[in-house]
Amino acid sequence: MDFLANANWLYMYMPIAGVKIFWPGLVLIGFSVGVIGGFFGMGGAWMVTPGLNILGFPMAFAIGTDIAHIAGKSMVSTMRHSKFGNVDYKLGFIMLIGTMVGIECGAQLIMLLERAGNVGSVVRWVYVGFLALIALMVFYDYYKAVQKKKSGEVDGERGTEGITWYKTLHRLNIPPMVHFKTAGFTCSAWLPIMVSYLTGVLAGFLGIGGGLLRMPALVYLIGCPTHIAVGTDLFEVMISGLYGAFTYTLKGRIELVAVFVMLTGAAIGAQIGTVATKYSKGYGIRVAFGFAVLGCMVSIILKQYGFTSSATVLILGTISVICIYIIKIMFQGAAQELREKRRTEMLGS
Amino acid sequence: MKNIITKLLALVAMACLMVPEVLWAGGGGGDAPIVVVADTRVVHGIMRYFSNLYNTDILLFAVWTVVLTAAYGCFLGVLMDKLMGLTGLDLKSRKIVEH
Repeated sequence: MDFLANANWLYMYMPIAGVKIFWPGLVLIGFSVGVIGGFFGMGGAWMVTPGLNILGFPMAFAIGTDIAHIAGKSMVSTMRHSKFGNVDYKLGFIMLIGTMVGIECGAQLIMLLERAGNVGSVVRWVYVGFLALIALMVFYDYYKAVQKKKSGEVDGERGTEGITWYKTLHRLNIPPMVHFKTAGFTCSAWLPIMVSYLTGVLAGFLGIGGGLLRMPALVYLIGCPTHIAVGTDLFEVMISGLYGAFTYTLKGRIELVAVFVMLTGAAIGAQIGTVATKYSKGYGIRVAFGFAVLGCMVSIILKQYGFTSSATVLILGTISVICIYIIKIMFQGAAQELREKRRTEMLGS
Repeated sequence: MKNIITKLLALVAMACLMVPEVLWAGGGGGDAPIVVVADTRVVHGIMRYFSNLYNTDILLFAVWTVVLTAAYGCFLGVLMDKLMGLTGLDLKSRKIVEH
């Protein structure tokens, strides 16, 4: 019972950062971000960094460690989503071209502006503006879909939808036209390239991974069903995360031991988040995503005004609530599926 | 008397703001690049190898980081797949309903 009295075994030495970290905390952060990322199809860097900071991780290492962990976590989620048929690899590869070029252009743009003066505050407000727009779009879309459903309007095999901008964009007839079998639509190849380029420029400009911007863009502008948008976006996050991990490691800003510890928790969380999408309707995912975006937006505003600890509390609170909501969906859905399976087996015998 | 106290308080407040600036000018501040070195004295085995690699060959360390992250991600993905398979859930099909 000596190990219970002595809590040293709960702390792990990080050789690069030179600090001892409470490793169950790392596992818990990985788990939570795994659940949320697998459900929404995003990396979730905005959630991890304050968590790492609370555990006593030096900020210099937080971003690189975070990106590498996101790459590995997205790999686990992509594998699971792929089994469900939620990943359109063709769309993912085409979008990768736009994303990579876009991120580089965005990064160059921010460097150009930085040379002209201090743009940190401007960037943060642009970020807040976009997050507000996304949240507004998500909730307006939900409101419109509810109204349509009440009046008995149904758009097609996917059910009732609020915003259908993608239908107008699909009419663009600029060759080459490409059919995306998994996503189930045909459009000009330029549409996903341009959309991913624009989201890439924004991601590079704002210094974020881009999942928060790409997921709604895939749904509203490209016309992916929500589940496929989640899976395809995770595939993109995985590739860009590996690239990000490489560049941040070259700058020396990574703690490999922490990456592996977090990844272990994330692998379990990713299964829960991904399987939960099976039991959730598209709009369930979209509305919860809207709340996550709102949480992120308010936390940035608080940080902008110097309320760093309030921002951290808000982020951790948002993560906990969303995480519990997703876990509930997963376990309720799984229990129901198993009950039905048992009933069918009993009737069969 | 009230006037003197107000002036004194203003002076103290100004000093509080100015003193750090003076100290800063005396050698602090600036954007000196930070060189991070992994402490290899307290780690052993494979951890020591990677800490040394971080200090001596960052490019190889970056390659290892990407390869190991991808490999561990793959391993966990396969392992979790096997474990989830034991739950009896159908993990290969789903219905897409938006609303």
